[in-house]
Amino acid sequence: MLLHLYALLVAFSTAVLIFAGGLVTSTGSGLSVPDWPTTYGWFMFTFPLEKMVGGIRFEHTHRLIASTVGFLILVLAVWLRVAEPRRWVRQLGYLALAAVIAQGILGGITVLWYLPDPISIAHASLAQLVFCLTIAVALTTSPGWKHAYAGRALASDDRTLRTIAIATTALVYLQILLGATMRHTDAGLAIPDFPLAFGHVLPPSWDAKIAVHFAHRVGAVIASLFAIATAGHVFFHHRSRPELWRPSTLLLGLLATQITLGALTVLSQKHYIINSLHVVTGACVLATSLVLTLRANRGALAGSTEGDRAAGSEEQDPAYGSRADARTVRRAGPIGPAGPADPRRTGSVGPADRMRSARGRA
Amino acid sequence: MTSLLRVFVAFLLLGSAACGGGGGDSRESAAPVEVSNPVDPTTAASLKGSIKLEGTPPAAQTINRRSDPYCEQQGAASTQNFVVSDGGLQNVFVYVKDGLGDLKFPVPSTPVTLDQRGCTYLPRVFGIQAGQPLEILNSDETLHNIHALPMNNREFNRGQALKGLKYTHVFTTPEVMLPFKCDVHNWMNAWVGVLNHPFYSVSAQGGTFDIKNLPPGTYTIEAWHEKLGTQTQMVTVGPKETKELSFTFKL
Repeated sequence: MLLHLYALLVAFSTAVLIFAGGLVTSTGSGLSVPDWPTTYGWFMFTFPLEKMVGGIRFEHTHRLIASTVGFLILVLAVWLRVAEPRRWVRQLGYLALAAVIAQGILGGITVLWYLPDPISIAHASLAQLVFCLTIAVALTTSPGWKHAYAGRALASDDRTLRTIAIATTALVYLQILLGATMRHTDAGLAIPDFPLAFGHVLPPSWDAKIAVHFAHRVGAVIASLFAIATAGHVFFHHRSRPELWRPSTLLLGLLATQITLGALTVLSQKHYIINSLHVVTGACVLATSLVLTLRANRGALAGSTEGDRAAGSEEQDPAYGSRADARTVRRAGPIGPAGPADPRRTGSVGPADRMRSARGRA
Repeated sequence: MTSLLRVFVAFLLLGSAACGGGGGDSRESAAPVEVSNPVDPTTAASLKGSIKLEGTPPAAQTINRRSDPYCEQQGAASTQNFVVSDGGLQNVFVYVKDGLGDLKFPVPSTPVTLDQRGCTYLPRVFGIQAGQPLEILNSDETLHNIHALPMNNREFNRGQALKGLKYTHVFTTPEVMLPFKCDVHNWMNAWVGVLNHPFYSVSAQGGTFDIKNLPPGTYTIEAWHEKLGTQTQMVTVGPKETKELSFTFKL
């Protein structure tokens, strides 16, 4: 439980870091500290507070938060290494650590090379992946993932939901990539009006910036339709599963907020607070969609961890975590149709279950 | 061992022959002819004139400099995009764009200074010759970064954390205009015109400008303003002639 709480803290810190990064771009402060990893020649953590003026406030604060998040993720990876019996969850932690290190290096390179668009876009895109990884760790270490709704997830393998949820998450990520491209190529106001484009449904003239901007708007419509379809499917078919309808409701709420912020970003001529909120809300939409996707794929993921056992893992049951976790579940009694009596939970997986797991992986 | 030594000596001889053969070409294409000053002072002409502005420029906006207490203490500052006095427009870069042919001019070794003072660039618009040192000075008791954003020259971004720090840079390629910005203080902007000759001027109070010691000839003169773009005129000056020239920018 403590590990889960810590993972939540790490995920929250990563969201704060994304907001801080959004502020750097929105205020045009990316090069206000010309050196890296030092700050005006000072060691990063000894840079005098009174010298944090103008754009340095945003850039240096972003670096400090990034360093803190990097350290938090390092601790998370070590903690997982020590305490987490599921190999694939440990691997998520290692991946998050590798990603945050790469992210730091990309951040440094983009400063030293004067913000080349591809590096800056890669920096923005990798930030979302780091956030997703911390969210995934927080989710998979949660008691809910291990116990509360696991049985239901295993019992009802909804292939449609799994597919549409994955598609939604992928589309939201693509939409964020488009947004990052738009931000870093200075195309945020290439179409200065909203909801129309130069007073028309389609822009009357085109150039690269207008195309990127318009693609971001079209992407918003497509991603929204998929998100609404996913949430609608959950509300219609899984009304009894709060672990699905809660993130679906949140997804719709965040989506409405995000579209409003996108419109306000244009209408406010890219006010830096609104712009940065748009960035971090986009990350939250992605994270919520990811949570929904992972929960919808809970059964498939449990099946895909069977390799742990084969590799001699200490896990009693890969779907539910450690021996201790399994004991806790048994003490708690049956949970839904796939409660502790479920053969999967005792380690004896039958042929039908294996087939279902294989379908899930596909 | 002896045969190895012979082969080595043979390679040395071949190598030196090859180098000798190429030396003539490199000398021919090398450095431009030394020129002390191709302008004959007895025939040198000059251009004088003014930059006018038609229309009412937007009112100067007060710059919010609260993000740096030091800058705020320096007093109120306003936008400098349109500095107009007596109907004349200041900070217009006027230069000979074309007509000098292959003439080469000596490059001054005296540096041009760009000062960061009162959280403003001084001067805001200036000229320099390619190869001439540019000395960037921080006269403020706060940090600045000087960030050059050229198209043809090498980009640089240098931090100057302390008062009195200097950084000297040499632009090697002509470029009109090359912007500077301070990313710490986003209101700080400056522009330099990098030329391979000394025939340029920046309009002063009243919009006046003056280009001296110009060889007689026919020239394309261009005037550049940071918001209003460029205008060009053709002009012919004879020996010792002083020609009046006027540009009018319209809003």
